[in-house]
Amino acid sequence: MSETKIRSAHLNFYYGASQALHDINLEIPAREVTAFIGPSGCGKSTFLRTLNRMNDTILGTRVEGVIEIDRENIYAANTDVVALRQKVGMVFQKSNPFPKSIYENIAYGLRVNSLTKSKAEMDERVEMALRDAAIWEEVKDRLHSSALGLSGGQQQRLCIARALAIRPEVLLMDEPASALDPLATQKIEELILKLRGEYTIVIVTHNMQQATRVSAYTAFFLLGRLIEFAPTKRIFHEPDDQRTKDYVSGKFG
Amino acid sequence: MWQQATNRRRKHVLEWLTEKVILVTALISILSILLIFYFVGRKAVPILTNEVIQQTANLAEFFRPNGTTPDGHTTFIWQPISERPKYSFIPLLLGTLKATIVAMLVSVPLALLAALYTTEYAPRQVREYIKPAIELLAGVPSVVLGFFALVVMATWLQKLFQFEMRLNAVVSGCALGLAIIPVVYTVAEDALSAVPRALREASFALGASRAQTLLRVILPAALPGIFAGIVLGFGRAVGETMIVVMASGNAAITSWNPADSIRTMSATVAAELAEVVYGSAHYHTLFAIGALLFIITFVINSIGDWVIGRLNTRLQGAKR
Repeated sequence: MSETKIRSAHLNFYYGASQALHDINLEIPAREVTAFIGPSGCGKSTFLRTLNRMNDTILGTRVEGVIEIDRENIYAANTDVVALRQKVGMVFQKSNPFPKSIYENIAYGLRVNSLTKSKAEMDERVEMALRDAAIWEEVKDRLHSSALGLSGGQQQRLCIARALAIRPEVLLMDEPASALDPLATQKIEELILKLRGEYTIVIVTHNMQQATRVSAYTAFFLLGRLIEFAPTKRIFHEPDDQRTKDYVSGKFG
Repeated sequence: MWQQATNRRRKHVLEWLTEKVILVTALISILSILLIFYFVGRKAVPILTNEVIQQTANLAEFFRPNGTTPDGHTTFIWQPISERPKYSFIPLLLGTLKATIVAMLVSVPLALLAALYTTEYAPRQVREYIKPAIELLAGVPSVVLGFFALVVMATWLQKLFQFEMRLNAVVSGCALGLAIIPVVYTVAEDALSAVPRALREASFALGASRAQTLLRVILPAALPGIFAGIVLGFGRAVGETMIVVMASGNAAITSWNPADSIRTMSATVAAELAEVVYGSAHYHTLFAIGALLFIITFVINSIGDWVIGRLNTRLQGAKR
């Protein structure tokens, strides 16, 4: 396993009084694709959202334990959450472009973080992000029309481009293809494979084939606990835990 | 088999009945609006057609200077009860305009900031008190607001601004503002809280702060709704009557000075219609004022609708 990018130690998470995550210990390798799998409600998305402190925006949530990114505890009192989210980008389950033009969607992150100095630089970064997300050719002639006029799959790739534009180191993806048709899904997966090696990617998926296709490592969650974490091949072919075996072989879902 | 058929028939009759009942209720409300329009219009029409009435009250008289000030300037006068009645709409239009502008200046910022606070910043417990409290303001009868303005606000504002006239455009505008705050607030608050959570999260995930998210994502997305609230508030301010009858001073003065007393169009109709001679020029003139009020609010609402439609297409990105 390569160097560790994200380390979770004894992480507990609560929505009000109910505990959603129990003692999660996990080391996510840098510049690899790591998949989280597990049945609905197992805590995989909740865990993903602790990695950029997205759960902070939900009232009544509480975290115990430590999550380190590059050996720094992101739940330390002096953490700059804005800087953290700049470093840890996120793509959501349902594509959520802003009701603005395609160009402005990409430029948004650059603007709020004041990352560019000139219009030319902005244009360049926008184009680069769209190229990185493999959507440039489809939208280059209508950069200034509304992003909501794009198809679902295009919108999702736009959201990926938007996340890439501010050059994060980590990219969190919460079931990024679950609302898309097979062709659009394939495009997203190709994109993930293209980005692998440059970004540390963590993807939540309920599609096990997808996990085998895109990820190097897989974590299996069940009822708020991490059951097993290993190279993807191993999880799917010779898992240590009987529950993992039952899940990946389709005995329950 | 037979049982099933009757059940089906009974269901069918019920469907039919429901549809017709809804249709009739909808038609009744449309019909009442048309009837109001018709009767107000019919009573205003002699201004345009009846030659006897036109001798004293006609369109030119309504909008052209019809008097002189002591120092010899031409001016506009509303003086329906006198030897030679004078029916200029200009002082009334100015009065309505001044009161409405003051009301909008007072209510829009307050209502919008309150809506932003309740949707974005207030803890849930606080929000649960503020929202109904502001909406309760909408239930306060305007005669009560007028009374409050007449007795309390007028005194405070006179002390504060040293007004020469105790009742004036500022006092009545502020009181009107109180009546409009809940209108603007409720609609704007709905628009702001209807902005999908997903957009906020997208913004936060890109490293935007709360204020940036608010200004660059939430406000633009809620703009059509906010604008609708403002238009609704404007319509209410233009037509509101009881507050201005009580707190405006009711003097038809042609001036832009907000510290002067005013007489609004609505207050004029309310105050004079009960005592006017039936069928006189004055009588029909009052209906013409009513018709003009109708037209003004109709035009404002139409423009508002048009702007809201444009904002919506821009946001929702109809493919162009």
